[in-house]
Amino acid sequence: MKQHWLAACAALVAGAGPALAWEPTKAIEIVVPFAAGGASDQMARTMQGIIQKHNLTSQPIIVVNKPAAGGAEGMLDIQKSSGDPHKLITTSSGVFMTPMATKLPLNWTDYTPVAMMAQDSFVLWVNAKSPYQKVSDFMEAAKKAAPPLKVGGTSSKREDNLIVFAMEKVGGVKLAFIPHNSGGQTTTQLAGNHIEASTNNPAEDVANWRGGATRPLCVFSDQQMTYKEPVADGKSWADIPTCPSQGLNVTYQMLRGMFMPGKVTKDQQAFYVDMFKKISQTPEWKEYLARSALVPDYRDGEAFVAFLKEDEAKHEKLMSEAGFMAK
Amino acid sequence: MDDFASLITGFQVALSWQNVGFMAIGVVLGIIVGVLPGLGGPNGVAILLPLTFGMDPTSAIILLSSIYWGALFGGAITSILFNIPGEAWSVATTFDGYPMAVQGKAAEALTAAFTASFIGALAGVVLITFVAPLVAEFALRFGPAEFFAVFLLTFCSFIGMGRENRAKILASLCIGFLLAAVGLDSISGDLRMTFGSTELMRGFDFLIVVIGLFGVSEILLTVEEGLVFKGKQARIDLMVVLRTWAGLPRYWLTLARSCLVGMWMGVTPGGAIAASFMGYGLAKRFSKRGKNFGKGEIEGVLAPETAAHAAGTSALLPMLALGIPGSATAAVLLGGLLVWGLQPGPMLFVEQKDFVWGLIASMYLGNLAGLIIVLATVPLFAAIMRIPFSYVAPVILIVCAIGAYTISNSIFDIWLMLIFGVVGYVFKKLDFPLAPLVLALVLGDRAEDAFRQALLGSAGSLNVFYANGLVTTLVVLALMLLCWGPVSDLIGAVRNRGRASKAAEAAE
Repeated sequence: MKQHWLAACAALVAGAGPALAWEPTKAIEIVVPFAAGGASDQMARTMQGIIQKHNLTSQPIIVVNKPAAGGAEGMLDIQKSSGDPHKLITTSSGVFMTPMATKLPLNWTDYTPVAMMAQDSFVLWVNAKSPYQKVSDFMEAAKKAAPPLKVGGTSSKREDNLIVFAMEKVGGVKLAFIPHNSGGQTTTQLAGNHIEASTNNPAEDVANWRGGATRPLCVFSDQQMTYKEPVADGKSWADIPTCPSQGLNVTYQMLRGMFMPGKVTKDQQAFYVDMFKKISQTPEWKEYLARSALVPDYRDGEAFVAFLKEDEAKHEKLMSEAGFMAK
Repeated sequence: MDDFASLITGFQVALSWQNVGFMAIGVVLGIIVGVLPGLGGPNGVAILLPLTFGMDPTSAIILLSSIYWGALFGGAITSILFNIPGEAWSVATTFDGYPMAVQGKAAEALTAAFTASFIGALAGVVLITFVAPLVAEFALRFGPAEFFAVFLLTFCSFIGMGRENRAKILASLCIGFLLAAVGLDSISGDLRMTFGSTELMRGFDFLIVVIGLFGVSEILLTVEEGLVFKGKQARIDLMVVLRTWAGLPRYWLTLARSCLVGMWMGVTPGGAIAASFMGYGLAKRFSKRGKNFGKGEIEGVLAPETAAHAAGTSALLPMLALGIPGSATAAVLLGGLLVWGLQPGPMLFVEQKDFVWGLIASMYLGNLAGLIIVLATVPLFAAIMRIPFSYVAPVILIVCAIGAYTISNSIFDIWLMLIFGVVGYVFKKLDFPLAPLVLALVLGDRAEDAFRQALLGSAGSLNVFYANGLVTTLVVLALMLLCWGPVSDLIGAVRNRGRASKAAEAAE
């Protein structure tokens, strides 16, 4: 009987305070649809640290890796958790590409978009000891090479594979795309000269660049990166020329954002939008962006949804052209 | 000897009261995590990672790496007592560890396992201390062809060195490959053999299969044989530790061999799992008492444990020096490094000397602390064997089910575990070896990826597998090991026949 009274009182209190916006009531889980140590995982763990340090919620944050089937495991988990306001997922372009490549019944419109945190660039890397000083050197060599030059990337039919496909089309060359399990593996293979080039994100290759094992040739973007702090040999991220300016007209960037499961309330969504907005303004986050050479691009609400729609259409076109769509 | 001075400074950092405290806490937590199947080292480290964000990076890595050492030690406990490997690399420890426990020698087996772990880890740390930059360079020479050759070597050593019926080993191996192929194929990006099921999409998790094949099937067998009080006669006192130690110098050759195998496999990210199997396989073939392996031979516990730990420790080297994790736990630690603002890679040794040498010093001390703590618990764990099986079995089964569930929070996995329990039971009844299946399940995926990556790069030409000295040596070594068993059996058979016919002549 006592419990009933307590419950009733609790209900009254809750009812009496509609002005109080929603607050999480238990641990918040951030699902990372990639393995521990990867770029998405780093982002989630950085956020976790920032949330705790700045006390953005009283609840603990747990990072859970669900990497199976190219991230589909994590996405299915969020799909199943419809209505659960204590779950978040980190997303990249995989949010469109995994369903397209596997025909799994997944769609980002079933989730609740929270915020886009940044965009990640892709860079063409070669081994530091290789003779390719400019993009044109590499593309010339690719024309003559038999068997084709090997370009490494992460996963098949994903971002890196699309870029390599575009390089082949634009440059009129044949390349051998070698899929690896992670960007870390790719950069190690490049440092060991087992592949001729890679299309890793800046964060995935920075260690080997600084260690004098690899060298960036160009960034797959219309604009140079903005970080002017020297990274290696007195060169900074901003010193890397864009690929189009080097005669290789291929551009590609990848979103990094946060989603919630579908069917959550407006208040619940608003709580997390507010939290991620705060995160994006902390000095630790800016430091993280600089360290990973991410392009700052915070969006929420309509701006985020509009971006997603446009990006999805773009990926659908790219994936069909490359023949990566599952039949 | 600049590095040596750095190491001394490292010891000073690691020996502060606070850090020693973290070390002890870490080891105890690690043992708990290692004992519970399913939880495992990587998860334990991942769960505790956030707690360390506020800490100084050196203390944080000491705490987390101590969990890693603890988990490495703890994995052996359930393997020996219940035939349930807590970690992938303790599978080979069950082969002789469990029979020893059944014979009432659980305490000896545990002591041997822990001591072997310590020796292996020590060998790994010494390697890291003295030849870190050199070895890191060597790891870079491993491309897909070389990786495939290492896996081939592991498979071949298993077939060639095995004493069971070779056709059965091969059959078991092939079933393992088949199971490993389920799920997403990373080379083509397509789903394979999932039959539209989202549960199968994850593929077969190694731990679920192992808990079923080894743990559940063992319970089924014991139930069938009648509920005997198997470990009843186990005598428990701390003197067991000293007695076991007195017997160890005899096995120096096995220990040294396993250390070498382990260090090699740890640096080339073949990993602790492959190392433990290879260590066991080689010891079985080259030991004088090889025939008794599988029936409770102490050497069969020493060999895989030493190799696994030498590998597990050496696996941290590529992580620190190159930023490539050699194991799942190393991968989580790597994530930690990044969050603390440290960039693993060639520059870490130059820019973060205090951190690196503090960590290396903590490897020596953490392992020593780990050894002392686990040895103190030997009587405690051995005492579990005195509890009647009818009480222990349900508890084991529940722990197994929880473990299977925790891996990816899926009820389906508990069913899978039970199915594999039945499969394991049938395998044992038909006298098929389980180990090759497990080996193929763990390494099959990676071997396939490496093989296909190599062929993609060479435009389909097989000559990549004898393109340079390293890969050729590995492949030749693999083929030699494959043929070793059959050829020596053949020679043995010919000799026997010769002797038999001579005997027949003499009789006439």
